[in-house]
Amino acid sequence: MTVMTEKTKQQGLEPLIYEISVPGRIGVNLPACDVPLSELPADLIRDEVALPEVSELQVVRHFLKLSQLNFAIDKGFYPLGSCTMKYNPKLNEDMARLAGFSALHPLTDSEGTQGALALMHELQRWLGEISGFEGVSLAPAAGAHGEFAGILMIRKYHVERGDTGRNKIIVPNSAHGTNPATVTMAGYDVIEIPSDQDGNVDLEALRRVCTERASEIAGMMITMPSTLGLFDSNILLIIEMVHKAGGLMYMDGANMNALMGVVKPGELGFDVMHYNLHKTFSTPHGGGGPGSGPVGVGAKLIPYLPGPIVKIIEESKSDDEAPLYGLVMPEKSIGRMKAFHGNFGMFSRAYAYIRLHGDQGIRDVTRHAVLNANYIRAQLMTTYKIPYPRYCGHEFVMEGRFVDAPDIHALDISKRLMDFGIHPPTNYFPLIVPEALLIEPTETEDKDTLDNFIGVMKQIAKEAVEQPDLLKSAPHDTPVKRLDEVRAAKQLVLCCAPALAGAAD
Amino acid sequence: MGHYIPHTEVERQQMLSAIGVTTIEDLFEAVPASHRFPKLNLPKPMSELEVAQEMQALADTNEHANDFALFRGAGAYHHFIPSVVNHTLLRGEFLTAYTPYQPEVSQGTLQAIYEYQSMMCALTGMEAANASHYDGATSLAESVAVALQSTKGKRHTVLLSQGINPQYREVVRTYYQGRDMNIIGDDKFYSLSELGAMVNDQTSMVAVGYPNFLGQVEDLSALAKTVHAAGALLVVVANPMALGLFKSPGAMGADIVVGEAQSVGVPLGFGGPYVGFFGIKQDYVRKIAGRIVGETVDSDGMRAYVMTLRPREQDIKREKASSNICTNQGLMALAVAVYLSVMGKHGMRQVAELNYHKAHYAAEQINKLPNYTVQRDKAFFNEFVVKGPKSVKDINQALIAEGIIGGYDLGQDYPTMADHMLLCVTEMNSREEIDTLASVLGSIK
Repeated sequence: MTVMTEKTKQQGLEPLIYEISVPGRIGVNLPACDVPLSELPADLIRDEVALPEVSELQVVRHFLKLSQLNFAIDKGFYPLGSCTMKYNPKLNEDMARLAGFSALHPLTDSEGTQGALALMHELQRWLGEISGFEGVSLAPAAGAHGEFAGILMIRKYHVERGDTGRNKIIVPNSAHGTNPATVTMAGYDVIEIPSDQDGNVDLEALRRVCTERASEIAGMMITMPSTLGLFDSNILLIIEMVHKAGGLMYMDGANMNALMGVVKPGELGFDVMHYNLHKTFSTPHGGGGPGSGPVGVGAKLIPYLPGPIVKIIEESKSDDEAPLYGLVMPEKSIGRMKAFHGNFGMFSRAYAYIRLHGDQGIRDVTRHAVLNANYIRAQLMTTYKIPYPRYCGHEFVMEGRFVDAPDIHALDISKRLMDFGIHPPTNYFPLIVPEALLIEPTETEDKDTLDNFIGVMKQIAKEAVEQPDLLKSAPHDTPVKRLDEVRAAKQLVLCCAPALAGAAD
Repeated sequence: MGHYIPHTEVERQQMLSAIGVTTIEDLFEAVPASHRFPKLNLPKPMSELEVAQEMQALADTNEHANDFALFRGAGAYHHFIPSVVNHTLLRGEFLTAYTPYQPEVSQGTLQAIYEYQSMMCALTGMEAANASHYDGATSLAESVAVALQSTKGKRHTVLLSQGINPQYREVVRTYYQGRDMNIIGDDKFYSLSELGAMVNDQTSMVAVGYPNFLGQVEDLSALAKTVHAAGALLVVVANPMALGLFKSPGAMGADIVVGEAQSVGVPLGFGGPYVGFFGIKQDYVRKIAGRIVGETVDSDGMRAYVMTLRPREQDIKREKASSNICTNQGLMALAVAVYLSVMGKHGMRQVAELNYHKAHYAAEQINKLPNYTVQRDKAFFNEFVVKGPKSVKDINQALIAEGIIGGYDLGQDYPTMADHMLLCVTEMNSREEIDTLASVLGSIK
């Protein structure tokens, strides 16, 4: 074991790429210029760019070492609630890298992109079928981007009908933070309503808002199952109340892994929802992105979908001939959410995933995601306080606090879990449960993994009472210990010094 | 059952009895019975081999840059990507990690993003950069929120030059359709000085392209002075590949530099996922949206990295947050970091010069053709405007028959530019390809 000197501490676990840079070193060989040189416009040319000078092997070792400092699904159990950290099939990566997709320019004339458009068209249909919606746009780049598109559609729907007084969106207090932030971005205001003691939307509060302020209600955003992992047993009533008030219903599809083949949101009466391809459909999270957040809508919102979407321009003339696909902007579209046509690389991965599972497999995904969550819940309910004693969906929330160990918080339990090679659950969300630990195992984990997690959680509960310091000082076996986040925000070092050297250039 | 679900029948039974139910279906009692377990009209399951074959067949029908000589850019660029980049992205530890909310087990992602931020600062001449946005267009849209906030909500006009990618301008309009503000300046192609003259005490920001959508590179210093004198912000939409050669927007007075970093390490991929970069002067950094990584120490005093300025973000600030963004383009930002590391100071300059010289060679060859005119009144990087003897559609049809994907039809966005095409030449185009392009163009009368 090496002794930690002050110097090695300053260098951290792995030096910055700039710190291993040596003047004159190169990492790549480029072809010689095979055309005559043209004169450069001297007054517009910079001296040099402050980028590192490193060899290819240095780059390989540097990033490999960095990768090893990460926890990831490929390494171990990752029960991070609301994030659906399921196995990301390796097939997905190969499919996204097929040259016909990865080397395809987005502005190629549509005669030359029929294979890619056919894939998008199928995916639009499959997503619509899974959730019971007639129209799907793949354009939004992430879940929050899909939410934004959804609320803009609701807004435009009201405005086009001349119903301009509606500028409020109802959001339950259990909602993801993106929901209220989305409402603000669209120029609307939030009406927050509480949850009742069973974790459902407080129906009395909702009824009051829907009757007393009906003319202001543009719609309601709700997550199903809720962020507590619970199916709201009053969902049909909720939808009816909001519709009666003249509002539209938005479903946050973050928890779609609990719904596939179980219930179709469109059939329940929802008007619009977003999907998270990087959660439910196994495209990888990639350390925080890229995501993909398609939106599905019922008939009345189809003209407002963000574009472009893929449509059949000309039906096939015979059975062995494919139809002609094209990209079109819906008639009253809210517009473009990003350049080009969405995160296509996520579409090819989601396509591979749905194609492999098929009708029965997709339903099995949800059945086993829900089975796994309920199994852990049943095994831990005597050790931890579980505030809502009902069957859960694909995730459940419990309290990370103990009467006998008053100093222990959810955060301490989370940090201690890292010592056992397990990623912590989501902490402190939903906000309405004290010391919340939101646990989502996903369907791809086997029983042995779940049993190990259950055993570790029981042991930590014991340690909390008998050796609380063990939790307070955790983690012990991670590359770094707890970080000084206050210092990070105060000193605000966001960029390493050598990179700024040429800033004035 | 899909082979990603590991349960055996015995295990399922053990788990069900531990829960105290007899079937999995019993767990869904709260779902309205009338709508429970609907029919799913999806195709039958397939094996991994069959899926791969079907998708290969779909991919093969596309006209892609490995089979065609590509001369189209217009916001998406075909460049060489060293093998190291893809191999790094395939590391499961990067690929299958989540957002680094737990820094103790995410130092790899955090340090890589910090390095990405640093290299984007180096290219753009900014003092801080965030962990990325969805793409160049949404990065520009997020800059508008910063400008509106920085001018304390008192200025409601945003000036967008027509020299910004038309799709980016559409996205800004999508983002702000529910808000009380004016987006102007792109009703015609105003010069930089004309744009400067439009700035007044209602202007919160002016945004221009560098290079602009027509490939032209102009000195922005005078515009920056005018914009600042009026108390507004200068936002520059830049192509980082061009920044390997041309002066940084920061050196010319930009306050915010945004754009698409696809050109430095991310494949064409039919338009995404790409990666929007966002660089900013330190003064405004607390108003920036999205994730940002900063340096700190752990409880042993060890240098380490963490997401910082978190209280700005939607999960904490909720309806008071200026943006709902949470996902960034983490993996694509990593691709950019690896690309810029391996290309390095010398490689970036060299590849940018290759683009410049090849594009200028192509422009010269095409300009020699009797029926073609190349716009060469301003400096340009790797794209330029050509007016030909026929419609762009007709010319491109003739080119595709010869295995060439021709330029972008500017007439679809700029009414005064019918029959004008935007051609792009990169290091991927050999002299032979360029000569063939010129010769096929010459044969079109």
